[in-house]
Amino acid sequence: MNGNGATASPIETKSSGAVLPRIGPPLAIALLTLPILAGLAGTVLPALGYLPALDGTELTLRHFTDVLHRPGIIRSSVISMVTGVATAAISLAVVMAFVAGWSGTRAFARVQHLVSPLLSVPHAAAAFGLAFLIAPSGMIARILSPGITGWTRPPDILIVSDPLGLTMMAGLITKEIPFLLLVTLAALPQLRVAETRMLTAALGYGRIAGFMFALWPLVYRQIRLAVFAVIAFASSVVDVAAILGPSTPAPLAVRLVEWMNDPDLSMRYIASAGAMLQLGVTAMALAIWIALERVGAAIAQLLCHAGLRFRRDRITAWIALAMITSAALAIFAGLAILVIWSVAGLWQFPDALPSDFTLRNWMRALPRIADPLWTTLVVATLSAAIATVLSILCLVREGETRQSGNSRSLMVLYVPLLVPQAAFLFGLQLLFIGSGTDASLGALVLAHLIFVMPYVFLSLSDPWRAYDRRYEAVSAGLGRRRWATLFRVRLPMLLRSVMTAAAVGFAVSVGQYLPTLLIGSGRLTTITTEAVALASGGNRRVIGIYAFLQMVLPLAGFVIATMVPALLFRNRRAMQV
Amino acid sequence: MTPTDRGLYLDGVGIALAGRQLLEVTRRVDPGEVLTVMGPSGSGKSSLLAYIGGFLDPAFKARGRVIADGLELTSLPAEDRHAGILFQDPLLFPHMSVSGNLLFAIPPAIKGKQKRDELAREALAGVGLSDFDDRDPDTLSGGQKARIALARVLLSQPRTLLLDEPFSKLDQDRRDQMRQLVFSKARELGLPAILVTHDQADADAAGGPVIRIGEDNTQ
Repeated sequence: MNGNGATASPIETKSSGAVLPRIGPPLAIALLTLPILAGLAGTVLPALGYLPALDGTELTLRHFTDVLHRPGIIRSSVISMVTGVATAAISLAVVMAFVAGWSGTRAFARVQHLVSPLLSVPHAAAAFGLAFLIAPSGMIARILSPGITGWTRPPDILIVSDPLGLTMMAGLITKEIPFLLLVTLAALPQLRVAETRMLTAALGYGRIAGFMFALWPLVYRQIRLAVFAVIAFASSVVDVAAILGPSTPAPLAVRLVEWMNDPDLSMRYIASAGAMLQLGVTAMALAIWIALERVGAAIAQLLCHAGLRFRRDRITAWIALAMITSAALAIFAGLAILVIWSVAGLWQFPDALPSDFTLRNWMRALPRIADPLWTTLVVATLSAAIATVLSILCLVREGETRQSGNSRSLMVLYVPLLVPQAAFLFGLQLLFIGSGTDASLGALVLAHLIFVMPYVFLSLSDPWRAYDRRYEAVSAGLGRRRWATLFRVRLPMLLRSVMTAAAVGFAVSVGQYLPTLLIGSGRLTTITTEAVALASGGNRRVIGIYAFLQMVLPLAGFVIATMVPALLFRNRRAMQV
Repeated sequence: MTPTDRGLYLDGVGIALAGRQLLEVTRRVDPGEVLTVMGPSGSGKSSLLAYIGGFLDPAFKARGRVIADGLELTSLPAEDRHAGILFQDPLLFPHMSVSGNLLFAIPPAIKGKQKRDELAREALAGVGLSDFDDRDPDTLSGGQKARIALARVLLSQPRTLLLDEPFSKLDQDRRDQMRQLVFSKARELGLPAILVTHDQADADAAGGPVIRIGEDNTQ
């Protein structure tokens, strides 16, 4: 499909463009920044004591000192900050060593196929899966017991919810590895990986060292914002922390939400001040990371200039392969265990499987599932559809103006992923409550859209930009209007990419916890909020059902995104994958 | 301009990239005539076609008027210019059948399914590919695709033909065949054509005037 460079990028010059695409970029920028700015303002004011609804009209710093005097607040903050940095460092190290050690090999392609689907698994479902896998009464303990361990009862050790938050970090790492791997893979095609490998090998460098010295700085430049997003997410995550994280004390974000939902409304001041603390904690984590970047770059330069070849790197490469594979397998195994629990009858420790299977759990849960399921579907479908249309408008406009992909527009896309959710969702919730629109479908769709839009755009922009625009030139030459060209030529040809981007958006929406919890005000609930709410109860059969639905919904989205173009164009060979 | 000014007129067309003048052309191309523009790759010869067609990358600076049958194309949007273009690749729309590609090209002013189907069938016969209606474009040979692309562009009732090295990816036998077919169609329909190429044999087959660019920066 690709033509030569000289003719591959023709463009309209005469007509100035239709009106609709013009509103795309401003609308997208407004969507990505205004709710966040308004939300931040709505959080800062109560933090400073200003909340007229609760008769707070006088500005004070009292609530900040209150927050800092909460028991264990320092520990909560440090756990959050360390989790942010450590999650990013470990997942990035694994991805880096894996890509450096294996790119271009068959193992690389296989792992890529293994890991990619995991991106669509909601964090909460993956966290539950991990918990059911490694808990003292989890699958691993059951398989090893009583034969190897001698346990006939689950041992009384704290694996899940360990005080240092190690299990929480492990859960986050297993989910962030697929994310970082995919953004790295997206950056690779623009680099000459195979040639560089040959060149560095000819100079006597080991595979990993050659990649790290010659290519990694270029890769990292492109994925840096994604790494920042991982830090921001891991340092402020609520659902994974509530499921796997410590409770004495809990990570900061979990405590914020508890304060926010406290029946004592005056706790909202403290929650808001805490959200500002969260902002500082995430900023601190990012600052530490940036310092680490400097140190890492300096060390790399030192090693590079010393001409060290690092030829014995097979052990490192194998460790990376082992880690990335086991992270993926852990999620898959966890999901399988969730399914088993959802249909488990009696299942005593240490039996590896239930003694009988039953649909009774499902029958009993179904009546309560219907409403959240419906909300999940409607909100995910609407937000994915709106984000897809908006992304297309932006990309059409980008094609008309030829101003694309500059670092500022990329930054705007990442804003919702870099600001801790609690810091602006608290304020946004107040705004919605103030206008009487909280717990309305529209407000919920809008809140989801903020997080769905970046992923949809990032997913669609690469295939959209890679499109051979000579097809459009041909169509215009045939006398076809711009809209006819868009709807009858470009969109059908890109249908698979468009539907995949929509499926990504759908999956992101299904997985949203905090926006749903806050903007839904507990009255509009989704599968994800219901599942996380069940976490403390510990009814594994019900959790299994909800978590199973959580992972099946995104999967269904991707199946539809694959099937529809395949069926529609079943007689068109060039349209097959 | 008067109605007798049939053909294509390039009036002081100049294209520059990053301050460097790539070409400068003032020329008339009569109906049925093929003007060949020759030059090495990177000389900007394709940008001339892009300018006439209305899809020049804004990185290029272009000026001058292009007039077809008395109508100034350069003041119109691309879709109103009816400048039929053939690229190196046939660029058949992969999601449509062969007849889908052809029907897409027939102007909407021609109404009635029967009439449009009939036109598409005639066009297929005209390039020697009758009964190919329902075929998937991807299952055709390179030469067949090129002929469908020609049939498609002719069905759109173009004012002019822009040929951007359309023969370069065909093998030797097909290339001669295709040249004959394209040039005879242009003559038969009285279409002024501009052919951009770096292959002298293309220029010889076209038999029209030749201008060279990129050697001393202007014609």
